Amino acid sequence: MYSLTVNGQVHDVDADADTPLLWVLRDFLSLTGTKFGCGMGLCGACTVSLDGRPTRACTLRLSDVGKSEVRTIEALASDGELNVVQRAWLDLDVAQCGYCQSGQVMAATMLLEANPSPDDAAIDSAMSGNVCRCGTYQRIREAVKLAADRLPNAGGDHG
Amino acid sequence: MADNPGPAALTRRVFLRRGGSVALLLGMAVPVAGVAGVKGAASPDGRLQINSFLRIDSDGSVTVQANHSEFGNGAYTIITMLVAEELEVPLSAIRLEAAPTRPEYYSSIFREYLTAGSITTFSLWGPLRTAGAQAKALLIDAAAAEWGVPATEISAAEGRVRAGERELGYGQLVAVAQRQETPLRESVALKAPADFKILGRGQRRFEGRSKVTGEAQFGIDIKLPGMLYASILRCPVFGGTPRDFDASDALAQRGVVKVKAISNGVAVLASNYWAARKGRDALTVNWDEGANTAYSSERFFEEYRVMADEPGMLAEDIGDSRAALADADETVESVYELPYLTHVTMEPMNATARVESDRCEIWSGTQYQSNDQERVAALLGLPQQAITIHRPLIGGSFGRRASKSADFTIEAVEAARGEDVPVQVIWSREEDVRSGHYRPLFVHKLRGAVDAEGLPLAWHQTVVGQSIMQHTKHDPAYMVDGMDIYSLDGCLQEPFGVFPYGTSYAIPHHRVETHNPPKVGVVPQEWRSVGHSHTGVAYECFLDELANAGGRDPFDVRQHLARDHGRMSAVLATLREKSAWDRPLPDGWGRGVAARIYSVTPIAQVAELSVDDAGNYSVERVVCVVDCGFAVNPLNVEAQIQSGIAMGLSAVAGEEIVLENGRVRQSNYHDYPVLRLTQMPRIEVHIVPSEEAPTGVGEQALAPTAPAVLNALFAATGQRIRRLPIKQHDLTLV
Repeated sequence: MYSLTVNGQVHDVDADADTPLLWVLRDFLSLTGTKFGCGMGLCGACTVSLDGRPTRACTLRLSDVGKSEVRTIEALASDGELNVVQRAWLDLDVAQCGYCQSGQVMAATMLLEANPSPDDAAIDSAMSGNVCRCGTYQRIREAVKLAADRLPNAGGDHG
Repeated sequence: MADNPGPAALTRRVFLRRGGSVALLLGMAVPVAGVAGVKGAASPDGRLQINSFLRIDSDGSVTVQANHSEFGNGAYTIITMLVAEELEVPLSAIRLEAAPTRPEYYSSIFREYLTAGSITTFSLWGPLRTAGAQAKALLIDAAAAEWGVPATEISAAEGRVRAGERELGYGQLVAVAQRQETPLRESVALKAPADFKILGRGQRRFEGRSKVTGEAQFGIDIKLPGMLYASILRCPVFGGTPRDFDASDALAQRGVVKVKAISNGVAVLASNYWAARKGRDALTVNWDEGANTAYSSERFFEEYRVMADEPGMLAEDIGDSRAALADADETVESVYELPYLTHVTMEPMNATARVESDRCEIWSGTQYQSNDQERVAALLGLPQQAITIHRPLIGGSFGRRASKSADFTIEAVEAARGEDVPVQVIWSREEDVRSGHYRPLFVHKLRGAVDAEGLPLAWHQTVVGQSIMQHTKHDPAYMVDGMDIYSLDGCLQEPFGVFPYGTSYAIPHHRVETHNPPKVGVVPQEWRSVGHSHTGVAYECFLDELANAGGRDPFDVRQHLARDHGRMSAVLATLREKSAWDRPLPDGWGRGVAARIYSVTPIAQVAELSVDDAGNYSVERVVCVVDCGFAVNPLNVEAQIQSGIAMGLSAVAGEEIVLENGRVRQSNYHDYPVLRLTQMPRIEVHIVPSEEAPTGVGEQALAPTAPAVLNALFAATGQRIRRLPIKQHDLTLV
């Protein structure tokens, strides 16, 4: 039995130690917003926040989560109000099939938490691990910049 | 345009009366099979069923039966837009329900329940606007009778009708129309484009919010009470089957409930996916690898090259190509070789099934519901309507989910058969890459010559690759005298079979032949843009070779060849200007152009790239011009074009499936790399203004991208690449 904190709630999970966090979230906690894409940490569809760091849930074993705080896409909006990244994604109509977008939005959210004025190089570095087969990258880049512009006290040149 | 309801005009109307309520049903071009079977025929009071697609409730909400799948194509948004415009309701008033898999909901074009071919907007353009207009007219007529004023004095807007001081909401009019048994007008005028408030303006995705909150429900997200998860071990060789297996280690895995053979492998059922996966990995299976172990991509390339030198089936023979080539002082000859490709949708294949003695329920991200229903019915020995197919959102398809064998749906049914709970089968990425269906491997051999002016005079092309349609149920529609029209799509100057378009070019002597090699276990399947994914490369690159041989500018050559094709000429003229084709580039840079017509839509692109001394190339910019008729949702047109260019670039740069000993060498995104953010070019999309009926954009943009990039690489480096992907040639996309 493992105890883990997800979106501020503590859950007891009775699963094998090697069960990836992804499948714990999806099959044990019914948090299906985090997606299965590759199982090898190659595509980023399963990106969650582990203590604020972008983390591939498909390769993180349950027994290695420890006391870290897990945050998933389901926790980004509060009381139905989208966060700044989600709003930018909606405003620029980024999603197509949408399957990778949970991971994209999570990666972008954590990028802006760490760096509110990312330049193109910072966006490349933070987002290039997230694959989108629909190729929504142009709008992803624009949406990250739009979200950054809308942050309180937005400054700096990230053109 | 406003007077043309399109190819699926409303053709019949039926009034039904049940228990005092009235339901009005209109069949689309596809006849309704028995009105009694139409949902809503017995609609309760408080609902006005305009036809099998459209219903208005007494709360004013409008419900549309969406008969097309949403897999990123924007179908849901288009459906709401078309209805809302003519019905005069805000987009937000419209709810969508997934139309059940019944003949009255089949595509008016395909006559099947299928979302494919980039024709969703084209097929719905007439019928849904007409349905909206008829519903609006009915509500106006009901108000006219109620108020005793002529219908011409009543206007409708924002879900309300008004005449002077009087007004009623659509919801209030439902009861009025039912009481009066207001008839539907036989014909209604559709709005002129100048009056559009919704169409032609970019509208954001109907289901967009759910896709940024994690609430969007894809097939893989389905959770049902008691549901088991299954992982399947399939034979690594295509066509192989399990002889026997040892399940003892698998059954020892915690959570594993059952292990059983299904027709193409061994299924492990467990209480969660990870347990199923570990159980599967613990299986020992003795395979009968079957007849395909000797097959490899290299062998196919060798065999196809030999076939390409031999006379094939004759698809087109304009002028006298052979004589013109024999008479030419010089000829150009090239062979283009294109590998198998796979779709790698971000959502791996999966499906969920619950099988009972007299019925079966399925949750599947198929884009081909009627086919899956038919296949499952045959498997289970049940009537087709005993198979219910639920429609979750689909995490990408690109053709993969139009499986003619219904492979991933059938697997779930087989896994669930005999169980008293539903079973969800999830494919790993490795299974998706190795056990998939593929864009077939192709070899094109081309010979050509130019005239005294250096312009293309003679063309002789031989196309060799597996037919997608032969020996399937589509054979009668898509095969012409044994030739697959998809294999040749984009090679022929004249319309061929049911495809009503040619290349737009006029080369005086033009001969095209084809061979269909035997099928060899690998299942060929549509891959976004289908034939154009290989014909586009061979045709547009060889055209560049001829331009080069004739000392002509490749853009000039295309404009010359397309001079009698008005729409393509306009597209090319715009592209030349927008791409600044005639402006010089720095050293190490190159531009390439390609122009294609796929499914009626002319589209052309210029790719601009830079190459460094180490062989790293960066596609800096792609300018795309498209004439897709009236652009119903320009925001989505732009998205689809960005998407097509990204996928086209991804494939030409680095994608290949290599078959060795009947097995696929690649397994996941590390060895089947797809385009990443850093590799994405800046894309500029220009839509030719038009009031013609809308045509497709979902697949079209892929077609010119690969050849435009290859032609740009030639311009930058002088290197002509004829075997794909580009990465085989020490050139890396950065």
